[in-house]
Amino acid sequence: MSFALLAVQTLNGVQLGILLFLIAAGLTLTFGVMDFVNLAHGVQYMVGAYLAAMFASWTGGFWGALALTLPTALAFGLALEFLVFRWLYDRDHLSQILATFGVILFLNQGVKTIWGAAPLSVPMPEALSGSIPLMPGLLFPVYRLALIGVGLGTALTLYLLINRTRVGMLVRAGATNAAMVSALGVDIRRLFMLVFGFGAMLAGFAGALVAPIVSVEPGMGDNLLILAFVVIVIGGIGSIRGAFLAALMVGLIDTLGRAFGPQMLRLALAPAAASQTGRALAPMLIYILMAAVLFQRPSGLFPVKQ
Amino acid sequence: MKPVAILLAALTGWAAATLNVAAEDKVRVGLIVTLSGPPAVLGGQVRDGFNLAVKTLDGKLGGLDAEVTVVDDELKPDVAVNKVKGLIERDQVNFVVGPVFSNVLLAIEKPVTESNTFLISPNAGTSNFAGKQCNPNLFVTSYQNDQVHEVLGKYAQDKGYKSAFLLAPNYQAGKDALAGFKRDFKGEIVDEVYTPLGQLDFSAELAKIAADKPEALFTFMPGGMGVNLVKQYRQAGLASIPFLSAFTADESTLPAEKDDAIGFLGGANWAPDMDNPQSKAFVKAYEAAYNSVPGTYAMQAYDAATLIDSAIKGTGGNLSDKDALRAELKKANFTSLRGKFKFGVNNYPIQDFYLVKAAKRPDGKYETEIVQRVFEDYVDHYASECAMK
Repeated sequence: MSFALLAVQTLNGVQLGILLFLIAAGLTLTFGVMDFVNLAHGVQYMVGAYLAAMFASWTGGFWGALALTLPTALAFGLALEFLVFRWLYDRDHLSQILATFGVILFLNQGVKTIWGAAPLSVPMPEALSGSIPLMPGLLFPVYRLALIGVGLGTALTLYLLINRTRVGMLVRAGATNAAMVSALGVDIRRLFMLVFGFGAMLAGFAGALVAPIVSVEPGMGDNLLILAFVVIVIGGIGSIRGAFLAALMVGLIDTLGRAFGPQMLRLALAPAAASQTGRALAPMLIYILMAAVLFQRPSGLFPVKQ
Repeated sequence: MKPVAILLAALTGWAAATLNVAAEDKVRVGLIVTLSGPPAVLGGQVRDGFNLAVKTLDGKLGGLDAEVTVVDDELKPDVAVNKVKGLIERDQVNFVVGPVFSNVLLAIEKPVTESNTFLISPNAGTSNFAGKQCNPNLFVTSYQNDQVHEVLGKYAQDKGYKSAFLLAPNYQAGKDALAGFKRDFKGEIVDEVYTPLGQLDFSAELAKIAADKPEALFTFMPGGMGVNLVKQYRQAGLASIPFLSAFTADESTLPAEKDDAIGFLGGANWAPDMDNPQSKAFVKAYEAAYNSVPGTYAMQAYDAATLIDSAIKGTGGNLSDKDALRAELKKANFTSLRGKFKFGVNNYPIQDFYLVKAAKRPDGKYETEIVQRVFEDYVDHYASECAMK
């Protein structure tokens, strides 16, 4: 367990965290601002990846695909809002969960009908393929470094947007007291629609970004959705800053736990028992983290003030 | 008028029912495969391979008109049991062909074989049915599951690799795969890593492989996991370490892995470039009909159909004499796409196994190609535990 390996695994953890943040950001906005539980957020990420795969085969490259995916994912999110979610804002969480779960089933089957069940792939952009030696003997893929950079940029943009602009102010106000914002003459429905479309676009953006490194297949968003919920619960529902820090924590703990958990246990246990226990324990770590955070701070690390 | 109409309808229905019973010049086959979720690719290959064989035989099996009913087991053992009961009791099938996955085979074996219907497995080949629980009504046209992994272990051993890194998903088939590899490989196992089933990002494991510098990697990552691993392995710059795998870079995943998988090694009982006339004709017809390259799944399903065809021919079209039919099945008197084929005592195949390599064809499609033969007339290790003759 050298320093170099630790450094690479830390970068891997950061990269997973950044990816989680891109998905969780949209989720925390819709959940926090609109008090709307959107289980379909994960399939919006999947649709983003599928759109990227389709556009990549049309345009023949990653950049063209990315440029086309963003507006299409936005349009898709707005269409879903118009057709389904709009009718659920005033209903209780159970109705929202049922309806958005239905959307998951519908879309998972839908992409299979349109694109087939076989996994698809998106070519990696030429300029970002390959890997660079970070340290002697250890390589890190350029694309993943770029992913980290893009994620940090997105986080900064979101932060400025929410904290420094008028729309951001309305969003924050809407999160605290939607009825009051509405009474002050703001079209809260349109604001919600905007937030929702933006969240859907972020999810689609995340899907398009990961498409070159993971396979694009039906149901690819389902596992990440659970992680994204863990992230927003740890971070405090509605808080972008919380989502960012929680995503990094979850990414790091998950990756480092998987990578070094068994070795650490080997100090105390026999090798076979250590690898068995490590294997069982590693996937649990983030949930243990969540339980610990909730125990100390029941509304997450950065609760939105009510 | 009304009572008359009802009576008439009842009479017609009764007449149709009796006619159906009388029409015994027909063979009914129930095909149970997974057609839901991502593994639907594999189930689709089995269905298409079987249907292609029936089509090639002019819609007949053994001279009788074939009626193939396809059902989806949804990869759920309980659903599968209900569906095969429907096939046996409602559709009165003579043969059940399926499934793709071993856990489904474990569930449907009893209901099918106990009703004295033949079960032909075109893919799953678990160790229990190869050994102590072997069954005269179960025939496997694929292989015993361990054998494919043993091919890579044997190859790594022969090649003289001194160390290997093993990577598999954390479930029964993953553990079996690594055990199969270790049967013949005697070098050092640098590490044995199990990942959660369905893991998409392998960056942590890949960093570990890079740090451990093994002489070879052996992995079993079916479906989308394989696509992710192959792409990320290439991107991490690890391709100089030989990539030995089973069901990770095959015809079901190569369309997504593309160039990233080229040169990666696998084990199989057949590959689309197999050099014999029947196999060449099959690959050509399959690609023309379904616009994709057939994998072993399709090949084994095609063989299952021609096996049934040969057995019915052998009995002269008599489906009711089960013992005669069973004896004919056991003879395996058909031309297998893989060339040599015969059944062992446990009704599992005795066949050759090859090292295969992912490659790009001149027409731009991807397939596995045979590199060398690793095992000849290979009998699985459980056959000796089977009490059948």
